[in-house]
Amino acid sequence: MLFRQSGILHTSYASAQSLFPLSADRWMISALLALALSAPFTMSSLTVSTVLLPWLVWTAAALGLNLILGWAGQFHFGYAAIMGIGAYTAVHGARNGIPWEVAVILGGVMAAVIGIVFAFAALRVKGLYLALSTLALQFVMDWVIAHVPAISGGSQATLQAPSMQLLGQAITSERGLYYVALGWCLLVTMFMLNLRRTGLGRALVAVREKDFAAAVIGVHSLYYKLIAFATSSFIGGVTGAILIFTFYRAATPEQFAVNVSIEILAMVIVGGLGSIIGSYFGAAFILLMPGMMNSFITWVAQLAGVSLGVETLAHIPHAVYGALIILFLLIEPMGLGKLYGNIRNYLLVWPFGYARK
Amino acid sequence: MEFMLLAELAINGALSGLMYSLVAMGIVLIYKSSSVPNLAQGAMTMLGAYFVLAIAGGLGLPIWVAIPLAMVAMFIVGVGIERVALRRLAGRPIIMILMMTLGLDIFIRATSMAVWGSAGRPLSIGISDEPLYLGPLLINRAYVIGAGIALVLFAIFVFFFHTRRGIVLRAISDDYIASWSVGISVERGVAFSWAMSAVVATTAGVLWGSIQGVHQGLALLLLNGLTVAVLGGMDSIGGAILAGILLGLIEGVASGFLDPLVGGSSRELVVAATLVLTILIRPHGLFGRHDIERI
Repeated sequence: MLFRQSGILHTSYASAQSLFPLSADRWMISALLALALSAPFTMSSLTVSTVLLPWLVWTAAALGLNLILGWAGQFHFGYAAIMGIGAYTAVHGARNGIPWEVAVILGGVMAAVIGIVFAFAALRVKGLYLALSTLALQFVMDWVIAHVPAISGGSQATLQAPSMQLLGQAITSERGLYYVALGWCLLVTMFMLNLRRTGLGRALVAVREKDFAAAVIGVHSLYYKLIAFATSSFIGGVTGAILIFTFYRAATPEQFAVNVSIEILAMVIVGGLGSIIGSYFGAAFILLMPGMMNSFITWVAQLAGVSLGVETLAHIPHAVYGALIILFLLIEPMGLGKLYGNIRNYLLVWPFGYARK
Repeated sequence: MEFMLLAELAINGALSGLMYSLVAMGIVLIYKSSSVPNLAQGAMTMLGAYFVLAIAGGLGLPIWVAIPLAMVAMFIVGVGIERVALRRLAGRPIIMILMMTLGLDIFIRATSMAVWGSAGRPLSIGISDEPLYLGPLLINRAYVIGAGIALVLFAIFVFFFHTRRGIVLRAISDDYIASWSVGISVERGVAFSWAMSAVVATTAGVLWGSIQGVHQGLALLLLNGLTVAVLGGMDSIGGAILAGILLGLIEGVASGFLDPLVGGSSRELVVAATLVLTILIRPHGLFGRHDIERI
C-alpha cells in the first residue's frame, strides 16, 4: 500500500538501475531531506546541536565501518584510532595555517595511509586473529596519541580546534556546523548507496563471501582488501576531523579510545551489517537509547519509591548499552536494518501477502 | 648492578606473567571447547573478585569461606552465560560471537559498577607486603604465591584432561560434530568449560584483587590474558603457562628499559605490540593447532 510496487514498469536501463525505483521511496527520502534541511529552523538549538549533529557524524562513522565490516567482511576493531588519526592530523594542519578543507582531506589521507598498515594484518590473517590484531593496534595507536607530545600536545592535554573556514567562509554558528555535518553524512551515504551497484562494491562482497572463491573468479582479494581498508579509513579520518570541528571543538586522546571503537562496532551490529539505513538506526539507538533508558529508570524508581545512588545512575546507561548489544544479537542478529526491511517487504505487497516473492 | 636490576625485573615479570596465565587459562578453556574467544574474561575476573568481597562483607564470613562460595556463584554465572547468551549463537559468524562477548564485558562491568560503586576496595587474603629476599634480589611475595597457584591449577588441568569428563571435553574441542554423533552432550560440555573458566577467573580475580585492589581496572587484565592466550596458542593450556612466563619477562624487562625513555606506562604498549607481532609472525601461537582452511 505504502510502497506500491505494481505499475512500476521499467522501460529503460537507466530507470531500472536508478537508486530508488519506487516513487514512495523517493517521496519519503525527499520528505526526510526537507526535514533535515529545515531542522535548524524548526527544532530547538539544543536538539540540533546535541542530538541531530552527533547522530549525523556518528552515522557517517558507522557507514565507514560498515564498508569494511559489512561489505568487505574484514574485522576492524580499531576504527576509533583511525578517526583519531584523521582528527589530530586535521587539527594540527588547521592550526598551522593549512586551509580547513585541505586539512580535513589531509586527515583523511593520513588515516588511509595508516589504515593500510592495519590492512597488512588483514593480508596475513583473517577472522578472529584479524579482530585481535586490529584491537591491539588500537591500543598501540591510543598509546602513541596519548604519549607523543607532538601529537596530543602533552599528556592529559586537550588540543583546541581552530574555527572552521569553508571556502573562505568562517563557520561559527550552530546552524552552519550542523549543515557541515549533514553534508558530510549525506556524501558518505550517497557513496555507500552507489557502491552497492559498482564493480568495486560487488568485488568487495565477493571477497566477503569467500576470498578464495573470489580469487577463483578473478577478483584479486588482497588488492580489494587493501582498497576496502584505505577507503573506509579515509571516511573514518574525515569523520573524525568533522567530529572534532563540529561537535567536540577540542581533541583529547580519550575521544578515540578503545571503548569508542566498540561503540561504533555496536552501532554497526545493532543497525545491521551491510545496511545503510541500519547505520542511521544503529547510531541513533546506541547514542540515544542509554540516556533515554536512564531517565525511564529514574522515573520508574521514583514511582516505586526507591532512591538510586548517583553512582548507580551514572553506570546504568552503560549496563543498558551492554544489555542492548546482547539482546539484539539474541533477538535480531541482522539488526534494525533487517527489521525495517521486514516491515517494508510486508508493506510492498500489502494486502496481498501471498504475493510475496 | 645493572644486571641485578635486570634479573629482578625478569623474575618479577615472569612471576606476574604466570598470574596473567590465570586469565589466559580461562580464555583457553572456553576457546578449546567451543571456539568462542571470550572477550568477557577480564570482566568475569573482576566479577569474581567482587563476589568474594560481597560474600565476605555481606554475610560477614571469613575470606577463606567466601572464596569457595564465590567460586560456586561464579560457576553458576558461567553456566548461565553459556546457556542464555552463547548457546543460541552457535554456528553464527564469528563477528556476532565477538560482539556478544564484548557486550557481556560491557554489561558485567557496568552492572558491577552500578551495584558496588567504582571506588577501589582492598581485598586482603593475608599475604604480607614484605618482599622476599633472594640474595640481593627483591621478589614480590604476592607474585610468588600467585604464580604457585597458577602452576597448581595447571597441574590440576593436566590431570583433569585425563579423567573421563576431561576426555569428553577434548573430544568436543577436537570435533564437535563427531562428538555429537557418538552421543556426547556437547552443550553440557561447553557449559561445563564456561563454568570452569568462571571459577578460574575467580581465582585470578582474588589474586590480582589482593595486589591492586578490586576495581574496574581488573577488567583490563583482558588484554594481557588475551595476549598470553594467543601467544601460547588459543587451544593450549600448557602454552598459556609458558606464554605467560614469556610475556611477563618481555613486559617486565622491556618496560623497565622503555619507561625512563618515554616517561612511564609503556606496559600496555609492550603487551599490545607483542599481540600484534605474534599474530603477524605466528598466528596460531607457540603451541596452538594450525588450522588448515578448507576451500
